[in-house]
Amino acid sequence: MSVTQTETVRVTSEPDIVTARQKARQVAKQIGFSMVNQIKIATGVSELARNIIKYGGSDGQVEISVREENGKKGILIVCSDQGPGIEDIDQAMQDGYTTAGGLGAGLPGTKRLMDEFKVESTVGEGTTVTCCKWL
Amino acid sequence: MERIPIIKIEGMLVISVQTDLHDKLALQLQEDILNHIQDTGARGILIDLSAIDIVDSFMGRVLSDTAHMARILGATTVIVGIQPEVAITLVELGLDLQGVHVALNADRGMDLLRQLQREGF
Repeated sequence: MSVTQTETVRVTSEPDIVTARQKARQVAKQIGFSMVNQIKIATGVSELARNIIKYGGSDGQVEISVREENGKKGILIVCSDQGPGIEDIDQAMQDGYTTAGGLGAGLPGTKRLMDEFKVESTVGEGTTVTCCKWL
Repeated sequence: MERIPIIKIEGMLVISVQTDLHDKLALQLQEDILNHIQDTGARGILIDLSAIDIVDSFMGRVLSDTAHMARILGATTVIVGIQPEVAITLVELGLDLQGVHVALNADRGMDLLRQLQREGF
């Protein structure tokens, strides 16, 4: 498996959400993703970057990389923050569950847009969401 | 501050969103639309999203909230020009813009607004 680091976007305010999703779209396009998948990837990144602003203490980053494994190529997205963390990940993954007055579509919705999706969180330390979509 | 222009045509407010909206700009547009309804007495709102390729859950919520708020002020909203890729992504994300009128393009959106107004909505 090889991962080529391409872009890191620091997310500390709302306009950074736009920067992160546009960068993700750019990288997806370079890798050769179809239009619909470019948009799914960019929309997923938008959801995850917004979570950094809404729940992650407004300080985190989105890393967008190219991943190659067994002849397959894909995009790897790692969103991390040093916020309060998620107490109950299973609950956070339920459609419609929200603690900040949102729609509760962010995490479960993004999972549906991606091929691989993992949430790791430690209360008091932060949250890392890792996801991948294969070409 | 950056603003999305709102124009009045045949008693309707027409908004064509041409830039990737960040959250504050989306909320500013919502407020501007509501103020325009009050100032002009417009009964129809047409929002064209044909130049937009990312509608996430926040943006989706702002759009449907705006339509519901406009309704309370007596105006009907039609969203037009949603790209097929955006429709696919919205539904997978779990958003269906329920309760919001939509049309394929601006022409059909204007027809729909006129029809809804004739029917007294």
